[in-house]
Amino acid sequence: MKNQKNFERIMGILTWGAAALTLGVLAFIIGFILFKGVPHLKPSLIAFSYNSENVSLMPGLISTILMTLLSLAISVPVGVFAAIYLTEYAKRGSKLVSLVRLTTETLSGIPSIIYGLFGLLFFVTYLGWGFSLLAGAFTLSIMILPLIMRSCEEAIHSVPDVLREGAFGLGAGKLRTILKIVLPSALPGIFAGIILAIGRIVGETAALIYTAGTVAQIPKSPLSSVRTLSVHMYALSGEGLHTNESYATAVVLLLVVVAINTLSAKIVKSIGVK
Amino acid sequence: MDCFTIDDLNLYYGGFHALKNINLEIEAGKITSFIGPSGCGKSSLLKTLNRMNDLVEDCRLTGSIELFGEDIYKDMDVNTLRKRVGMVFQKSNLFPMSIYDNIAFGPRTHGVKAKYALDEIVENSLRSAALWDEVKDRLKKPALALSGGQQQRLCIARALAISPEVLLMDEPTSALDPISTGKIEELVLTLKKDYSIIMVTHNMQQATRISDKTAFFLFGEVIEYNNTDRLFSLPQDKRTEDYITGRFG
Amino acid sequence: MNKSKEKFMAAVFFASALISILAVGLICVFLFVNGIPALFKIGTLEFLGGSQWSPMDQPAYYGILPMIVGSLYVTAGAIILGVPIGVLSSIFMAWICPPRLYKWIKPAVDLLAGIPSVVYGFFGIAIIVPLTGNSIVSASILLGIMILPTVISIAESALRATPRQYYEGALALGAGPYRSLFYVVLPAAKNGILAAVVLGIGRAIGETMAVIMVAGNQARMPVSLFKGVRTLTANIVIEMGYAADLHRGALIATGVVLFVFILIINISFSALVRKDRG
Repeated sequence: MKNQKNFERIMGILTWGAAALTLGVLAFIIGFILFKGVPHLKPSLIAFSYNSENVSLMPGLISTILMTLLSLAISVPVGVFAAIYLTEYAKRGSKLVSLVRLTTETLSGIPSIIYGLFGLLFFVTYLGWGFSLLAGAFTLSIMILPLIMRSCEEAIHSVPDVLREGAFGLGAGKLRTILKIVLPSALPGIFAGIILAIGRIVGETAALIYTAGTVAQIPKSPLSSVRTLSVHMYALSGEGLHTNESYATAVVLLLVVVAINTLSAKIVKSIGVK
Repeated sequence: MDCFTIDDLNLYYGGFHALKNINLEIEAGKITSFIGPSGCGKSSLLKTLNRMNDLVEDCRLTGSIELFGEDIYKDMDVNTLRKRVGMVFQKSNLFPMSIYDNIAFGPRTHGVKAKYALDEIVENSLRSAALWDEVKDRLKKPALALSGGQQQRLCIARALAISPEVLLMDEPTSALDPISTGKIEELVLTLKKDYSIIMVTHNMQQATRISDKTAFFLFGEVIEYNNTDRLFSLPQDKRTEDYITGRFG
Repeated sequence: MNKSKEKFMAAVFFASALISILAVGLICVFLFVNGIPALFKIGTLEFLGGSQWSPMDQPAYYGILPMIVGSLYVTAGAIILGVPIGVLSSIFMAWICPPRLYKWIKPAVDLLAGIPSVVYGFFGIAIIVPLTGNSIVSASILLGIMILPTVISIAESALRATPRQYYEGALALGAGPYRSLFYVVLPAAKNGILAAVVLGIGRAIGETMAVIMVAGNQARMPVSLFKGVRTLTANIVIEMGYAADLHRGALIATGVVLFVFILIINISFSALVRKDRG
């Protein structure tokens, strides 16, 4: 009996302790970055031209935004269309569907450095695009494809069949039903997936170093090399010179991530309420 | 002697008044049935007897319940209470482990470690649950591979393994076929000599077949509590009569 | 006209669904075509089993055993540190934590998953490296933190999927809440927990930037837990910038080895998940 009491007490302490540790580590990391970085957020950081004096993060910021938009522009249509095929057209249990699932699962498990390597071999070298915004965006768009597909599939699945039946009952064709009825109802879920994908793009480094390169500039064309904020941060940390600016960049990255998380949680919640 | 003395018990789930002014004395060494339409509070009362209601959020209770004279909500450690008051659920809730480990879980929890002691407890409990001959050759096999009726008897064996004084049964046969039900009823009757048994049932024939005393519940109240044969042959309350003659519920 | 539009769009949807197959195919082809010849030229045994990596020397040595061992060391370290904390946290979140606290802790774990690798790496440089140096231990600690959200979220959903009746059954036998959780609920969820560990291994072995920033990256057989080490992922990033010819091939082959590791891990993960559902 006493043993049982002790077991309860010890395991209780361990369990609460582990959860506290998890929370503590997060708080510590965020607190540390904010504490070190916020004082160095100064106007020169967002100067339009980059030089080793101001270490401006403006080129990085603009590159990150362009990279994100371009990757989404490639990946979102493909992902949404593929999800439509899987949920609305494909026969359940067909060989092709299981192959698609298997490959998407595989894609979602591949580490970013492998994507980087593939992007270097295929887009940069084989297609001859060089280190460029375009090569980086195509690489990332494959990386986020499983994320988009999965969230989109789940969102389409959760659209009740009565809506489809209603549309069919009014004589609408399959395509019209999907585009006008199913997709709009699934939109919040798809949006939540896109936001998570943005989070991955913004935080990505390993897949970009050898596809988009590391030149800190505001790109002039899709074939210019760019340096996103994350890559920028890595480059700075390697130089060991601009520690303060690195911290400031980390703050910006962190804020973006927090904003993205909050937004996607809000959207998911609003779907749940509905 | 009474095993449970329930005094002026009220139970609330949030704003819902689930049990109203319950006063019952439940006799030791007997089988007592709780009957009534679903939602009448019979299962709720059963769950307050081993404090499983503690798990329900916003669950509040007033009044007192004594087990052989000790207040189970005041004087007693909840785990000790549950060791003394075993429970068999509506659906078999065996753990995904071997037959042996399912039965040994309780004794191990309460400090029995020696292999020979556990072996003995496992065998005795299975014998008491009339299951020994059916499973003695596959004690190490997963318990979930047994048939529905066997699983439920294994649940009873598992409850017996911690040598409780009282056995609570929450519609133990509602998920079973007639043959398995018959076996369980037979088993319950033989267990009566060692244990006090309280059973919730939705099956009035079952109550008449095996229980000594029966309590009829309606809308959270005990309408009538009497010897089983008397309650069914000469109900005192119009509502009891309506219920047992199948006029409602 | 409407009909042809229907047909056209159906074809577009179908083609989109094939993209993921195409992508995996292309990734395999390009990695293998560029990596395997180098592997054969160096000699499979020498490449995988050689303990010296010195591509700039004459003659050059291309043995990636130090990197394989290095990856295994830091991954093992991350698992040893991250799994107990992660699993305990997931038990807390799935069964113990009051709902009011859950509303805070769940987004926190999601946030932990969203922090970019470089930010973790930066944190590692500033806080962990001063304590334990550029070393296996530093990399393990940092990776241990980074795999927490993966382990927690998979283990949590496995624990949530265990029927409540197991827990209640154990309580009804007089077991305390923690005994019920650790002896009944946790074993019942063991496949899911194992899947969480496997996915954690995948994350740890594939992580690149954060590890580079704290592990020291010396391409030699690990000598001490407090000395530097280079992982497979680090090997690729560090040298790819200037590698040519066979050296470049050897780096791509390093990627092939990593890719095969990851495939094995993914397959075991899916097998575990399927077993859990079945």
